[in-house]
Amino acid sequence: MTQLSQGASHGASTAAFDASLRYALDSEVALREEPFGALAYNYSNRRLTFLRSVALRELVRSLADFDSAGDAVACSIPEASRPSYLRALAGLAESGMIHAC
Amino acid sequence: MPAERTRLVDQLATGLDAPICLTWELTYGCNLACLHCLSSSGRRDPSELTNAQARGLIDEMADMSVFYVNIGGGEPTIRPDFYDLIAYAVDRKVGVKFSTNGTTMTPERARHIAAMDYVDVQVSLDGVDASTNDALRGAGSYAAARRAMDNLASSGFGDFKISVVVTADNVAQLDEFAEMAASYGATLRLTRLRPSGRGASVWDRLHLSNAQQVTLYHWLAKRPDVLTGDSFFHLSALGDPLPGLNLCGAGRVVCLIDPVGDVYACPFVLHENFKAGNVRDAGGFARVWRHSELFASLREPQAAGACASCGSYDSCQGGCMAAKFFTGLPLDGPDPECVKGRAEPLLSSVVAGTAPSPGPGHSVPVRLGSSRNVGSSRNVGSSRNVGVPA
Ligand code: SF4
Ligand code: SF4
Repeated sequence: MTQLSQGASHGASTAAFDASLRYALDSEVALREEPFGALAYNYSNRRLTFLRSVALRELVRSLADFDSAGDAVACSIPEASRPSYLRALAGLAESGMIHAC
Repeated sequence: MPAERTRLVDQLATGLDAPICLTWELTYGCNLACLHCLSSSGRRDPSELTNAQARGLIDEMADMSVFYVNIGGGEPTIRPDFYDLIAYAVDRKVGVKFSTNGTTMTPERARHIAAMDYVDVQVSLDGVDASTNDALRGAGSYAAARRAMDNLASSGFGDFKISVVVTADNVAQLDEFAEMAASYGATLRLTRLRPSGRGASVWDRLHLSNAQQVTLYHWLAKRPDVLTGDSFFHLSALGDPLPGLNLCGAGRVVCLIDPVGDVYACPFVLHENFKAGNVRDAGGFARVWRHSELFASLREPQAAGACASCGSYDSCQGGCMAAKFFTGLPLDGPDPECVKGRAEPLLSSVVAGTAPSPGPGHSVPVRLGSSRNVGSSRNVGSSRNVGVPA
């Protein structure tokens, strides 16, 4: 099957991701809602990623509405969980699902 | 995040709205007769989906947000409307990855698909030389596949896939396969030989020994860029898990639509017991995927059976359902190629001839004196008719 990157939220380096920038879903990425969250598929690099919570799905969808990824996280994610969601976003940035804009 | 602590396998119990790995076999017709064909292909079936029905099915995939479909067969390119259907799918934003034996991949067709977005192609090859490959895939098939690869490479297609079923005969050639892929700028894909379709008749002779499996595991562990379609997760019991979902996805993330529209849990279980419905039934494919009783039962947590006492169950999950089924083993126990050797006593107690038969399927009956040459006259779809749309 297509390259699976289950681990949007682990092990990814945050070097490429800057929470002070505005992010958006890549135009080549489609999101499909699923009971556990969503699947994200990037048509250009054929990567499939699991967004393994509804909160992460909604966060990703809302990214472009905020001036920065940090603001988007602060708006919808409880403080204690924010670091893990920022890591998830970093992983998504690294796999080309979201990008700074 | 909290949701991550739930294992994916449990999350999948509620069912996905659409499969992740959907294979659609377009035709049972094939101009080759590989000894290990998982779908026992050969003759076209008179009730294969018409062009209109096939387009309707693509519409349905698009409505379900199926991101891409793996198209196979048989040899899918011998359907006269093959290029029409893949263009239609891509138009509807259903990406296509198709498998071919390469026999019809002329320079013109290679250039045609190179110009399409969202189309990927994998050429099947089971040996790095003609003698290894042709012993399994038939005389002339090695040359045909290499010609297809040459044509793809010079068409500017870019990164195509070379798809290899790993057998006892070619497992020593892995490095050479990797070099071949690199020489084309292609990606190597390795899959597991399963006792499915005609594969049942060669499995005993050609499946890997445990020593070969251990070698393969270490080879794969060093090469995360080699694709496996999650084939070898039963090897994860040897150490760190291989990349992938590491579970049997049948009916959960994986599904097969056969040429007549029958929906099976996986391409490797073309058998009544794993048939969930037909895309021509009321409610179409979506209803079969979401509401069939068979798929609901496959999404339940599966019993570990004789694997329960094994410390590796979390990574190996008892292996491949299809491999167990067609070797006559209980589905809630070890894979016939269990790396801990736990299947051996069970296999030896299966009475000869009692394992479920995949049946002859659409195999062309063997005639005395018939040769298995590429493009022999019993080619049902006559590859000469394949028109590339303007
Ligand atoms: S039955 Fe085997 S081939 Fe099919 S999804 Fe399960 S593990 Fe994969
Ligand atoms: S006993 Fe079962 S879980 Fe353990 S390695 Fe064998 S097949 Fe896998």
